[in-house]
Amino acid sequence: SLTKIKMARYSFDLSFFLARTHVNYEVKEDVAVIRMNDPNSKVNTLSVRMQNEMIEVFNEVLANDAVHSAVLISSKPGCFIAGADINMIQACNTSEEVTKLSQEGQKMFERIEKSPKPIVAAINGSCLGGGLEFAIACQYRVATKSKKTVLGTPEVMLGLLPGAGGTQRLPKMVGIPGAFDMMLTGRNIKADKAKKMGLVHQLVDPLGPGLKSPEERTIEYLEEVAIQCARGIVHKKILLTKKKGMMQKVQDYVMGIAFVRQQIYKNVNGKVMKMSKGLYPAPLKIIESVKAGLEQGPDSGYLAEAQNFGKLAMTSESNALIGLYHGQVACKKNRFGVPERPVKNLAILGAGLMGAGIAQVTVDKGIHTVLKDTTVEGLSRGQQQVYKGLNDKIKKKAITSFERDSTLSSLTGQLDYSGFEKADMVIEAVFEDINIKHRVIKEVEAVIPPHCIFATNTSALPIKDIAAASMRPEKVIGMHYFSPVDKMQLLEIITTDKTSKDTTASAVAVGLKQGKVIIVVGDGPGFYTTRCLAPMLAEAVRVLQEGVNPKKLDALTTGFGFPVGAATLADEVGIDVAAHVAEDLGKAFGSRFGGGNVDVLKTMVERGFKGRKSGKGCYVYTPGLKSKDVNPDIDDLLEKFKLTPNPSVSSDSDVQYRLVSRFVNEAVMCLQEGILNGPVEGDIGAVFGLGFPPCLGGPFRFVDTFGADKLVEKMRRYEEVYGNHFTPCQLLLDHAKDSNKRFHK
Amino acid sequence: MKWGQPLSLTLLVFSTTLAKPGVKNIVLVEGVRTPFLLSGTTYADLMPHDLARAALQGLLHKTSLPKDAVDYIIYGTVIQEVKTSNVAREASLGAGFSDKIPSHTVTMACISSNVAMTTGVGLITAGQCDTIVAGGVEFMSDVPIRHSRKMRKTMLALNRAKTLGQRLSLIGSIRMAHLTPELPAVAEFSTAETMGHSADRLAAAFGVTRLEQDEFALRSHTLAKQAQDAGLLSDVISFKVPGRDTVAKDNGIRPSSMEQLAKLKPAFIKPHGTVTAANSSFLTDGASAVLIMSEEKALAMGYKPKAYLRDFVFVSQDPKDQLLLGPAYGTPKVLARAGLTMDDIDVFEFHEAFAGQIMANLKALDSDWFAQTYMGRKVKVGAPAMEKFNLWGGSLSLGHPFGATGCRLVTTVAHRLLKEGGQYGLVAACAAGGQGHAMVIEAYPQ
Repeated sequence: SLTKIKMARYSFDLSFFLARTHVNYEVKEDVAVIRMNDPNSKVNTLSVRMQNEMIEVFNEVLANDAVHSAVLISSKPGCFIAGADINMIQACNTSEEVTKLSQEGQKMFERIEKSPKPIVAAINGSCLGGGLEFAIACQYRVATKSKKTVLGTPEVMLGLLPGAGGTQRLPKMVGIPGAFDMMLTGRNIKADKAKKMGLVHQLVDPLGPGLKSPEERTIEYLEEVAIQCARGIVHKKILLTKKKGMMQKVQDYVMGIAFVRQQIYKNVNGKVMKMSKGLYPAPLKIIESVKAGLEQGPDSGYLAEAQNFGKLAMTSESNALIGLYHGQVACKKNRFGVPERPVKNLAILGAGLMGAGIAQVTVDKGIHTVLKDTTVEGLSRGQQQVYKGLNDKIKKKAITSFERDSTLSSLTGQLDYSGFEKADMVIEAVFEDINIKHRVIKEVEAVIPPHCIFATNTSALPIKDIAAASMRPEKVIGMHYFSPVDKMQLLEIITTDKTSKDTTASAVAVGLKQGKVIIVVGDGPGFYTTRCLAPMLAEAVRVLQEGVNPKKLDALTTGFGFPVGAATLADEVGIDVAAHVAEDLGKAFGSRFGGGNVDVLKTMVERGFKGRKSGKGCYVYTPGLKSKDVNPDIDDLLEKFKLTPNPSVSSDSDVQYRLVSRFVNEAVMCLQEGILNGPVEGDIGAVFGLGFPPCLGGPFRFVDTFGADKLVEKMRRYEEVYGNHFTPCQLLLDHAKDSNKRFHK
Repeated sequence: MKWGQPLSLTLLVFSTTLAKPGVKNIVLVEGVRTPFLLSGTTYADLMPHDLARAALQGLLHKTSLPKDAVDYIIYGTVIQEVKTSNVAREASLGAGFSDKIPSHTVTMACISSNVAMTTGVGLITAGQCDTIVAGGVEFMSDVPIRHSRKMRKTMLALNRAKTLGQRLSLIGSIRMAHLTPELPAVAEFSTAETMGHSADRLAAAFGVTRLEQDEFALRSHTLAKQAQDAGLLSDVISFKVPGRDTVAKDNGIRPSSMEQLAKLKPAFIKPHGTVTAANSSFLTDGASAVLIMSEEKALAMGYKPKAYLRDFVFVSQDPKDQLLLGPAYGTPKVLARAGLTMDDIDVFEFHEAFAGQIMANLKALDSDWFAQTYMGRKVKVGAPAMEKFNLWGGSLSLGHPFGATGCRLVTTVAHRLLKEGGQYGLVAACAAGGQGHAMVIEAYPQ
């Protein structure tokens, strides 16, 4: 009848209005295929919307009698679920609110786990955090062997824990040690490893060209296989409880002994304390939550997990780490736009540690790379470094020997400038001497095409001084890499007032291709990173002169959260480099950069103590030996430069704050002077380039959390003793005066 | 219907031949092969050159070719016996050819004998030779298994050791691990993936089902059996194996039932793969040989050629995801060279590495999307008509001695054109390394 038609139309309209946008499902005979696809993002996250639609769909699937099983799959190539929505957690104001979020997640996954209809998670791409917790609540997991498929619980890296049942389900699934390893390191696990660990049941190979695009067809194939599995489970062809092997039985028996478990907790706890110095609460809460579940039963376990999750979300450490995460995402974008022409041919001058390191991170990104040196020996050493870098990846099974060979075919080693007429960018990594740099820039400009960019890798020389020798300063830019280039994530790009926007865009594009986190800063002595480090190192030298030995100095700095102690850092950077920088920046900035006597460093260099590279520095390095002893000659040397410490500013804590406050004050001054674009880049540069304590989130986050007023108060106290080394800069004073002022909102 | 048009059209079609002005016509005079046997059976105690020798002698016998009338001998092989690495030379000497005839061996995986033939075509075209014997051989009953690299290194050092002390210390350095032997790789060197694994992925990429593969395998065995029973496989010579019986028939042809085939478990991708032992070609021993001549020479020597060898192409693509798509790439290219369409071809002989691989190639040929996306063509050429396709069986059923299959394909096309009466035939084959071959063959006017 008419009414019926009207009704139907009405309900159609309504359903259209309420149509689900993130989760949908299709019934294929007896299997419901639930597909996730966040229309507003490249990745799926467990947002409120996603969760609500999922629950709705799940209820419908359960209610549909024709459906006997379900497959959970993402329509996005390269992402299953990348994790929970961080904003959802950050929007909470109390730990109770976060605990409630956690409990809602736990409840939802409990329903999945207890579903009478088996659910198969079909995983292609990242399956992380909440995504992994969802997957392990399902009855069965199939994953593609795609390079993009990674499973993991990275919550610890955000100062959190897997708060939706992860701490409870993982130990049962992969064993206690395996679960701790996953949750405490947060590392990504590839599909084949996941299969070995028992995290997934079955693997599916990615497909190549067929009648559709490989990505599309691979997802379809994964779905087909997952449907077969779902039916197999229903028809009991696939048994969910596997027969245990002998090894498994033995392992289970051993883990069943309370004493053994206690030993494991103790052991893991000890390791965590040693590595984190107790500065990171998340790992400890993870251990606590696992322990609660295993020792007191699931009710206590889930409760502990939810409560600890709530507590962690409110910590400054988590706030700092999440800030770094967002900062890192921001610094992986090119805010200067797309360069006019992409760099396809890159030439590097100087095959030293730096030059070869830059080649190493470039040649495998589809960029033809020329490595030029002046001597066969230097060149061979550099080529061997690149080869070794790739070869080590084979050992870790990241690439095949064939991929190594074909990658190396893009590297040309040479002693002359042949082929430079094709270069789109030249990065020079020659010795840090303005005269050599001037000679090089002139030589290079004589052979490169007009569009070619000249980038200089220097850690302290102002770019405008180097560019003074250039015929086209708009094409000159600084690219400050950190050693070892293949390990350090940061790239500091320095622009002068003459550098063109396109040159900057191009340098950032290359850096991003090389996998770097990038900050772009203004020109000046020491730019940003070196400039922050220099006063801290000057203070470190003073501390040494005041009778604190290198081991103690290291313990104080690592105790504050620096991953590498100040003395070790100086050895790593090179005492000669440190002396060089201290002298240069001392000249540029005057007495403010004083502190320790530069002659300490110079004398060390004279005696051959140039740091790790020379085998001796603050420490003695024996090849093949991990542990290192303090250089016995250093005591005599320091004795000559001995200063009497002032007891009012020499407690352990004061020494720590003397070191850190000078670093932080200089960072804030860089923002004040416009060297820095903003506090985000300042924090990222300090943490990823210099190892500023990640738990503090960087110098700017530190000021916000610690309080500018409290920091200024401490600095004033040190200023009384040491003078202008500790004079707070104006911006810091402004923040101290007005507690509403924050670097981060 | 307009008056006169049909007649002129017929005339035009009839007169079309692929002869090119200024290019010599090259003909296939004869082609033979030993029976193809499952490896480890009657040929088990032979060496590769023994099989090649048998094929060469068979060719001599069948053609009554004088033993010094050949200008050059070329053989294709894949797994080389290190003692006879130039197996062409050892076999031709052993077969009684004049020792004045140079011979060399070529390798290009499963299209090695195709390369042997086309090398011969090149020599004739260049005016260097008039009479070529080309062939291929593969012997999987025995493969070179080596000492480990460590052991080899020690043994070579031992050779150079001067003093007893040096020798003893080297011998003392040998550990259990040194004794692990090194087998010939079954996997692609560049990707470390076995061919069966790649075939299974290929089948999945093209959505080829297990059922389709089993049906194709059954078809291959059924047609091969029919051809064998009807005596159509006239290229097979009988061969008295020293110390064993005389073999006169291929022994891998086993028509089964769909039920039997469905019982097999996947051989490479477990548990959900679709490629099984029954829908893959099996390890085979065998050799083949063909006599190729310039047309004038053949006629001058009084031969009645069987077919013209016309345009050919070699193609190559990504060895990871397109390892076995040679026919899909080669077919459109060789048709374009010859100025033919799929419909002009009367006889298709495609190498059947795996049923899944054949089905994938057929689907690729029949896909506009594939043609546009991967071959830069506007439209597909279409799939071959099945009633013209591999009608006397194929590698799945007859067997696939890697180096020898190419000559079998070409000879079969010639024989089928004679038997079925068509004008053009097409050979296509895939090969490890992501390579492929396709050749157009034209019937010789009888």
